[in-house]
Amino acid sequence: MTGRRALLVASAAAAAALAAAVPSLGLPQYYISLLTQTWIFGIAAMSLDLLVGFTGLVSFAQAAFFGTSAYMIAVLATQYHLVAFWPALGIALGTTAALAALFGLLALRGEGVTFIIITLALNEIVWGLAYQWVSVSGGDNGIAGFIRPPVFGLDLSGTAAFYRFTLAALLVCLALLAAIVRSPFGLVLRGVRDRPRRMAALGYAVQAFRYAAFVIAAVFTGVAGVLFAYYNEFVGPVNLSLDTAVQVLIMVILGGVGTLLGPLAGAAVVVFVSNALSNLTQRWELILGAIYVAILLFARDGLVGIGHRVMRVLGAAARGAGPAARPVMSPPPGGRGEP
Amino acid sequence: MTSVPRLAVRDLTVRFGSLVALDHVSLAVARGERRGIIGPNGAGKSTLFNAIAGEVAPSAGGVVLDGRDITRLPPHRRASLGMARTFQTTMLCPRLTVLENVILSLAALRPVRRQFLVPLGRYRGLRDEAQSLLGEVGLDGKAAWPVRMLGHGEQRQVEILLALAQRPAVLLLDEPTAGLAVEDAARVTAMLRERSRDATIVLIEHDMEFVFDVVERITVLHYGRIVAEGTPEEIRAHETVREIYLGATL
Amino acid sequence: MTFYAQNALNGLAYGSLLFMIAAGFTLIFGLMRIVNIAQTAFFLIGAYIGLMLLHAGVPFWIAAALAGAAVMAAGLLIYRVFLHRYHADELTALLLTLGFALMLDDLALAAWGGDPQSVPPPPAFASSVQLGPLVFPAYWLTLIVLSALVAAGLRLLERRTMLGAVIRAGVDDEEMTRGLGINIDRAFYVVFALGAFLAGAGGVLGSPITGAYPGLDGDLLPLAFAVIIIGGIGSLEGAYVGSLIIGLVSTFGKALFPELSYFTIFVPVAAIMALRPQGLLGRKR
Repeated sequence: MTGRRALLVASAAAAAALAAAVPSLGLPQYYISLLTQTWIFGIAAMSLDLLVGFTGLVSFAQAAFFGTSAYMIAVLATQYHLVAFWPALGIALGTTAALAALFGLLALRGEGVTFIIITLALNEIVWGLAYQWVSVSGGDNGIAGFIRPPVFGLDLSGTAAFYRFTLAALLVCLALLAAIVRSPFGLVLRGVRDRPRRMAALGYAVQAFRYAAFVIAAVFTGVAGVLFAYYNEFVGPVNLSLDTAVQVLIMVILGGVGTLLGPLAGAAVVVFVSNALSNLTQRWELILGAIYVAILLFARDGLVGIGHRVMRVLGAAARGAGPAARPVMSPPPGGRGEP
Repeated sequence: MTSVPRLAVRDLTVRFGSLVALDHVSLAVARGERRGIIGPNGAGKSTLFNAIAGEVAPSAGGVVLDGRDITRLPPHRRASLGMARTFQTTMLCPRLTVLENVILSLAALRPVRRQFLVPLGRYRGLRDEAQSLLGEVGLDGKAAWPVRMLGHGEQRQVEILLALAQRPAVLLLDEPTAGLAVEDAARVTAMLRERSRDATIVLIEHDMEFVFDVVERITVLHYGRIVAEGTPEEIRAHETVREIYLGATL
Repeated sequence: MTFYAQNALNGLAYGSLLFMIAAGFTLIFGLMRIVNIAQTAFFLIGAYIGLMLLHAGVPFWIAAALAGAAVMAAGLLIYRVFLHRYHADELTALLLTLGFALMLDDLALAAWGGDPQSVPPPPAFASSVQLGPLVFPAYWLTLIVLSALVAAGLRLLERRTMLGAVIRAGVDDEEMTRGLGINIDRAFYVVFALGAFLAGAGGVLGSPITGAYPGLDGDLLPLAFAVIIIGGIGSLEGAYVGSLIIGLVSTFGKALFPELSYFTIFVPVAAIMALRPQGLLGRKR
């Protein structure tokens, strides 16, 4: 393993360890709660990034998958008395996957903007069902009355315990998504994102790959939905709404499209800003919207891009004015060369 | 010629609304033949290519590969049957590295492309194959560069390499030397002559010198119809062809 | 019979107000390939401005025109400053209009508060009209007629004016149109302004039916998208037909299947998506 990779792995491990230690640091429960939310929405945002950043598909349907999973957990618990974690998780994710399989077929009939519009309409169908099919979903009142089940024998009812559980889930999802992105399949997705015509000419069934990415992203978003249901111990139509879909998209763009970790950072920003700001001013949505527009206009690479730029500036400053010897065939400045 | 032609186009007609881009075009390319398609602008050369490649559905007629009717097949299925093409404007994936582009070409028809958990880095064989292909055209030093950092001529070389890497049965080249400086064009010509001995090649070109140098037979299109077909010498001397080209410049 | 006639009229009226949104949306997208997610926000702001003017004693139709003008100005500003340079980048433009929709939404909340407000129709049309056993608010009939007139007017614009010709050329082939020396950028401004005006004025015209409340834009947005999907993106006739269809389906849905009315709106939408993705009257791109 190269020195650079060893450093990355070490930092990742350190970050994970630090995150795991948070509840023991004596912070108020409120902040631990917010971080839990960050992990949950982080999973949703990262999975949307798989679609947006790596496959080139902007989807407004993620809330449908998030909410469907969440509702399944709630319905299974309250109406079918199925509270055991693993079976409930399986059914919830299975339902979400089936929904994604259906939605993918419809949405991928369109390309580009048409795709986006169709995903938006599909999200609204699901939202409408949740809002109005009162006998099943509780309508506007949502579904409450279920609690966190034990997992691996551990009691998750406490804030700290559930925090760590969610963190573990995040790390697993992150590892899986990272693996997908670095796999041959991930490379194909990026090719499909950039030059679908070229990829088809090479022999790739472009639509099939898009479809696979769509369903995979939906399942990961479903995981986030399941966690959210247990976190909140209440599910309502807002969890399926366009607002939620938009929020997750904002997390991705804010953090940096196509970076996987960026959307996680974006999730942190949105969760903390919307909560912290909403205590200070009623206009937090306006401010969040303004930040989002600013990122789109001035910092398309999001926080990750800003971070890179800062590092480059710092690095240049540290190196000083002396010319660094560069090997003959290294990529020209501005390029990122890693196969 | 008693054997089945590698690639044949039968009575191909392509209409865009009321515009007839190709009018009952028929041609057959033998195995291992190198065919050039020439004609003035708007003659229908690109449309013919796109119809052969599967990007344009014909209004009538069909495309046959090794005796098999592929008219209904989408482009990616034609690729799996051994058809490869290049594009007139270089169509490489700009944000990926040169090596990654070549890997994509190699992996396109192999099961590895569906592997979604094992990192690409583990596939040493694939990477080495891609690296050595780049080495044969002198670009292995730049394998790690993002493609958009390469010069125009080098990008064009990679574009052709992508097609050659698949060892295609039929190679469709759309103006391979368009917009290239003289040395780059020479390099591309050499690459084609050396590396594709067995492939059946069909190419569109405007550069007459290049065409007459590389191909064995030429088909001339004009207003969507074939007006002449023959060896380079025959075409050079052909009345109608001279009229078309000279007439166009008058 | 009464039931069907009554709901049919309600549906047509609702569809008519949807057309005021969809028309602008389609024009903007058709020419500039910009999905203006803020279109319903324009509608809402128009409704609020109109309400303010009405409370100040301005006559209804004038208030509608003024509100339309105000929203048009705001829209032009947004386009000029932010969207103009991204019109070739469809995705960024869409994402930007999303941001503006969010911001306008919150601004409306800040400016006009959270209470839903009802808007009185113009006094001349405030009465009810009796047609046999059926009773309709006169205003709704007016809205239907007005919307049809707007549709006809836009069609005339498209077919018979220079601007319309430029628009149609630009929709077909922007590069070529530019190459011919036609100032298509000016057409962009005009179209965006027109779209914003229609939404803003439409907000006033439609608000006696919808009321004015924060979140109205969010409620209408999916319906606008449903119209576009059904009618076909970029087709003005499609927008009109689609609006009426969605208006009717929405109204009958609410009347017949109150538990699933939202769902019933989108079933035809899903069907169109599956069977005919270019919409009823759209062109295959």
